[in-house]
Amino acid sequence: MSKKRVVTSTINDNVVEFLCEPRQTLLEVLRTTLNLTGTKEGCANGNCGACTVLMDGRPVVSCLVLAVEAEGRNVRTIEGVAQGSHLDEVQKAFLEGAALQCGICTPGFIMQTEALLAENPDPTEDDVRFFLAGNLCRCTGYDKIVRAVLTAAAARRTSAS
Amino acid sequence: MHDFDYEAPTTLSDAVAFMARHSGGVKPMAGGTDLIDQMRVGVLTPGTLLDVKKIRELNAVQCDATGLALGAAVPCYRIYGDRSIVQKYSALADSCQIIGGIQIQSRASVGGNLCNSGPAADSTPSLIALEAVCVIAGPQGRREVPVEAFCTGPGKNVLKPGELLVELRFPPRPTDSGSHYRRFIPRNEMDIAVVGVAASVQLDRDRTHFVSARIALGAVAPTPLLAADAGAVLAGQPVGDEAISRAAEAARAVVSPITDMRGTREFRIHLTGVLTRRVLNAAVARARGEQVDCRPGH
Ligand SMILES: Cc1cc2nc3c(=O)[nH]c(=O)nc-3n(C[C@H](O)[C@H](O)[C@H](O)COP(=O)(O)OP(=O)(O)OC[C@H]3O[C@@H](n4cnc5c(N)ncnc54)[C@H](O)[C@@H]3O)c2cc1C
Ligand code: FES
Ligand code: FES
Repeated sequence: MSKKRVVTSTINDNVVEFLCEPRQTLLEVLRTTLNLTGTKEGCANGNCGACTVLMDGRPVVSCLVLAVEAEGRNVRTIEGVAQGSHLDEVQKAFLEGAALQCGICTPGFIMQTEALLAENPDPTEDDVRFFLAGNLCRCTGYDKIVRAVLTAAAARRTSAS
Repeated sequence: MHDFDYEAPTTLSDAVAFMARHSGGVKPMAGGTDLIDQMRVGVLTPGTLLDVKKIRELNAVQCDATGLALGAAVPCYRIYGDRSIVQKYSALADSCQIIGGIQIQSRASVGGNLCNSGPAADSTPSLIALEAVCVIAGPQGRREVPVEAFCTGPGKNVLKPGELLVELRFPPRPTDSGSHYRRFIPRNEMDIAVVGVAASVQLDRDRTHFVSARIALGAVAPTPLLAADAGAVLAGQPVGDEAISRAAEAARAVVSPITDMRGTREFRIHLTGVLTRRVLNAAVARARGEQVDCRPGH
């Protein structure tokens, strides 16, 4: 068996050292080694976006990233979005806008929305639908999700000004 | 996934030497968006993954008066985020914007798309239309292969064991030129091309006649295809529906598509004509300095 590696990453602003095998995906290590189970597995093949996390600010599907690739990188997961018990604008808008039912897709949608708003604070509905095309939801029919993202964007613009 | 080793060399010579030492069982990995899934389902079981993203040449983009040198491992988002590529090598940027969704584009590379050698790979027709040359490094040194000769069958290409794709080199773009890539899928995003067409045109100084054109087709043959005759039909012709329709007819004549769950052979032949016309019109508009909004679904 190939040797386990020691990997050092910054995860949600904490420097974390973990052991992993090259064959383990970042998704697997987040959930089973680091106990960060907020990141979900839907398809395990890159199509559903449930496992979306940010790596150095870019959204990636963690089921198609090897954990060893996280060496020296900055990873942000759903656990790093709220400040203590204080939800951020995106989380609030999803909750208040009923943009989730079973909730499996929600962490991925929220991380993808964080990536969108970081690069485009004032997206159109079209921009939102385009940017979130890699995230699937079996429950909501998407409309409430898109509206929640627009609400969150507006709330963040207001609080920034 | 099966057990494997992982190496991430930082120089090309280390990477080539490593591949030479471990003949056979090493597989290069760029973004892993094809490879990791192929390993997960057990189609591929390499002994070692060679992560090529830390090698400088494979991760560099240089776009200047001498042309474009695009590192094989550069992810899509950096390509469509580069203003000079969007302006000059528009078809390539078009392709990179529709490979997967945003998350996939954070990782997926054009080199990986080409080396995976799928008949429907979305960036390969653009590489062909824009006359890219593949720079390959291996134990015997370097060699260059025109991109239209790179793929040899579904999942097959000219790379020999121990060889790496280093970069894609594109000649400088002439003035009054424009290019575009478009595919047909039943959805707006996140699907595999039923047919994909790329075209690059050069117009004369009055922008009323074609000087030359290159048209490339995806998902209509075992490999992406240069439709040389379809481009040649346009040379010297006045820009207009008549010439463009003749080019579309010539494109339809070279395809040999299959019938599968995505579409029948007849439908694919029909689409080849329709897309060739649309893509040529958009390439002409760009050559004339007009804006073309090519976001999928628009
Ligand atoms: C959800 C999803 C959606 C997708 N949508 C699309 C789409 O719309 N259109 C499309 O065309 N593709 C699509 N793909 C397929 C894939 O993302 C692309 O083919 C991508 O460009 C592959 O690049 P990569 O860097 O991830 O390659 P990898 O997976 O890293 O490698 C692919 C292959 O190329 C080889 N390779 C990589 N780099 C080199 C090198 N430098 N030298 C030699 N060999 C090399 C690898 O060994 C492997 O065989 C999709 C994939 C997923 C998971
Ligand atoms: S679990 Fe990663 S994309 Fe579906
Ligand atoms: S809320 Fe159930 S999948 Fe989206």
